[in-house]
Amino acid sequence: MTTIDMPIQKPVSALKSRFTLKTEAERFALVAAWLFLIILFGILMPDSFLSWRNFSTMFGSQAVLVVLTLGIIIPLTSGDFDLSGASILTMSSMVIGVFNAQMGWPILPVLLMSLAVGALIGAINAFFVLYFRIHSLIVTLGVGTFVNGVILWMSGSQTISGVSMDLVSWVIMGRLWGIPLAFYYALILAAVIWYAFEFTIPGRKLLFVGRGREVSRLNGIPVERVRATSFILSGLISAFAGILYSGMTGSADPLSGLNLLLPAFAAAFLGATTIAPGRFNAFGAVISVYFLVTGITGLTMMGAHAYVQNLFYGGALVIAVSLSQLVRNRQPQDFS
Amino acid sequence: MSNTAMTDNAVLVMNDIRMKFGSNYALKGVSVAVRRGEVFGLLGQNGSGKSTLIKVLAGFHQPEEGSEVVLWGEKMALPLDPMLIKKRGVAFVHQHLGLVPSLTVAENMRVTSLGQKNPWFVSWRKEAERLSALFAEFNLDIDPLATVASLPPVERAFVAIIRAFEDLRASDAGYGGEGILVLDEPTPFLPGEDVKRLFDLVRSIVKTGASVIIVTHDIDEVRDITDRVAVLRDGQLVEVLDTKTSSRQAILDTIVGSRIDAFAKQRMVAGAAPVTIRADNLTDGKTPPFSLSLQEGEILGVTGLIGSGFASVPYTLYGARRGAGTLTVADRKIDLATMTPLMAQRMGVALLPGDRLGAAGIGSLAVTDNITLPILDELSHLAGLDRGAMVKEAGRLSTMHDVRPHNPALALGSLSGGNQQKVLLAKWLRIQPKLLLLDEPTQGVDFGARQQIFKALDGAARAGTSILCASTDNEQLEQICDRILVFSRGRPVVELKGDEISRKAITEACFYSTDAEAAE
Repeated sequence: MTTIDMPIQKPVSALKSRFTLKTEAERFALVAAWLFLIILFGILMPDSFLSWRNFSTMFGSQAVLVVLTLGIIIPLTSGDFDLSGASILTMSSMVIGVFNAQMGWPILPVLLMSLAVGALIGAINAFFVLYFRIHSLIVTLGVGTFVNGVILWMSGSQTISGVSMDLVSWVIMGRLWGIPLAFYYALILAAVIWYAFEFTIPGRKLLFVGRGREVSRLNGIPVERVRATSFILSGLISAFAGILYSGMTGSADPLSGLNLLLPAFAAAFLGATTIAPGRFNAFGAVISVYFLVTGITGLTMMGAHAYVQNLFYGGALVIAVSLSQLVRNRQPQDFS
Repeated sequence: MSNTAMTDNAVLVMNDIRMKFGSNYALKGVSVAVRRGEVFGLLGQNGSGKSTLIKVLAGFHQPEEGSEVVLWGEKMALPLDPMLIKKRGVAFVHQHLGLVPSLTVAENMRVTSLGQKNPWFVSWRKEAERLSALFAEFNLDIDPLATVASLPPVERAFVAIIRAFEDLRASDAGYGGEGILVLDEPTPFLPGEDVKRLFDLVRSIVKTGASVIIVTHDIDEVRDITDRVAVLRDGQLVEVLDTKTSSRQAILDTIVGSRIDAFAKQRMVAGAAPVTIRADNLTDGKTPPFSLSLQEGEILGVTGLIGSGFASVPYTLYGARRGAGTLTVADRKIDLATMTPLMAQRMGVALLPGDRLGAAGIGSLAVTDNITLPILDELSHLAGLDRGAMVKEAGRLSTMHDVRPHNPALALGSLSGGNQQKVLLAKWLRIQPKLLLLDEPTQGVDFGARQQIFKALDGAARAGTSILCASTDNEQLEQICDRILVFSRGRPVVELKGDEISRKAITEACFYSTDAEAAE
């Protein structure tokens, strides 16, 4: 009969503790870099930079970018790119501009409408990606550009001002500890997404679908449904970012929101190097946004030109992805 | 042990090769020499270092200072240059074949070829003709313009092997009629008949003066083809044996280090248990419909020659591949034309595909993540998933199935093939399926792990799980099956049960069935 000798297992605990230190360092490296930036600018500009006013503005005004980033990490986790996020954001704020500011509809139904438009565009993305089996990069780039055209047509290429003051007060005038409410909305959303990714079965399914479509399918995960849902959620959250955006400015601008696309991707990938390295994660994204913004704000306050924004965001995207590749031992990326 | 290998008449000498991954030595000073015109085997369990040694030779891994690689008397400078090694006349077929599935056979063959005359223009028509002729030389009928993805795994292996052989012919050593062909576990993909054809090819290569290094798990193959075999264990060379004069058991004992016995099964008698699984009018759309049934706790093997249709049975029954017919599991009947993997799972049917990291589990995720996937419902409470319970359950299952290293936080892909398979099997056995479908469950798994997997399967069968195993590994079928169906032209033609089951009988049935078909 069967006699299989088992050599005694070597204990792994000693090995583990050493690696834990390394992993912890990796997890919080970005937080340390952020603190370093704050201290550096604080020493250089103790009065202007280190003021609570400066920080509360930063936290509040960049909540839009945080929310957009949180939106796109959902399809990124399931293995798809959503390049239409910033277009959906702008579309959503333009819906508010046209229907609330121009046509005078009450604000609440208009907000629901703009969320619905976001979800609808997400569903259109999902349809083309899944039914025709086209790469998400292509579909969302095309749909996003199409949406940009619709925005310009709707708005006559004009900024529409006069959005309901209720919205403005819900987003930016209302403050808690001096920070606009928008910041807390973003934090709550981050917490929800973190919880969903870490502690729910749909979160697990999203992760598996992103890592291996065939594996997921053979494990009984409805891959197409998961991917469709992630596009729709991304559209919905991007639309929510658009609501915050128009509340922030009290108006709807057909162009400026589109510039948020690259920063959002930079933050998403940078976020994937921290907190839970190797995975797109909610709080990593939040920290990345504020790390990037702190750098840009500090440099701008020191008199740097507007182009530092592009240098910083573009550079950060490439460096972030390079760092996350180092975390993964430079395994080739598979974005299929 | 001496640190200098014997060097007389050697085409390749590897001296004191040391290779470190992190803080662990994968190779602790291994020295081997390969003689001109011999078939040299590298044998060892998973993780013994044999694949690492091959990757050092290929220049993929850089060994530590002091390690020496000498080719035809010329010492290669560290760090090793993969292109130079190839140019000197060492050609490799790695386990994963190194083919791009979306490109054609001709493009794949062309990618690495050293002997091309004009790099700026490739006549694909001529290339295709040349390749067809080359394939015909080896009695292969592979369309050079077909994409690699459209070929069955066995033909992909042929393409990779012939590509390496071509490189050899085009290299420096090739002009002198020499060269070293390195086959890193080439046979797990191949059925017995094709292994024979491969070995014939290997022998004819050796006759031209070339040497062959073959890495494998299979002791019978080693005894069949090699002249000498080096046995590695835990990163060290244990012994170099003369294959002709060493017994099977002696080689086995050298590999494992202590005596290890093959798993032996008590076969189940027909009618001993009620028939609980029934597949009626089963077809994958191309083959004539057939029916099969399993008793509760029975292990049924399906086999045949490649292309005989047995391989798609598990996938069709699971709804992973579109088919037709009905599947009845414990009185629940379902139409296979509308079957999905999710529905199959809900009926208590599980599938363990042959492609471990491509279809069964995710290499970049931890063992915990992979192993708990089907039982997440059980591991959640009101506030969501219980991460602590997940880790605990993964730890428990890892211990139960002897997964090494015992650390469920490791990525699945970092484990050896055998341990990956233990994890993936543990995942499905945990839900106690009524029907477990297997496709080549021990492909590329070492001897020890294989016996453990067999034991686990037998345990599951005793607990009432019916198992259907598609495989061309006759030794495996002999060891675990209660009954075997041999396929030909898409349907079962021979049934072997009880004492009729033996490796020899299975092989004969495979060929008998085709002969009988041919006679018709």
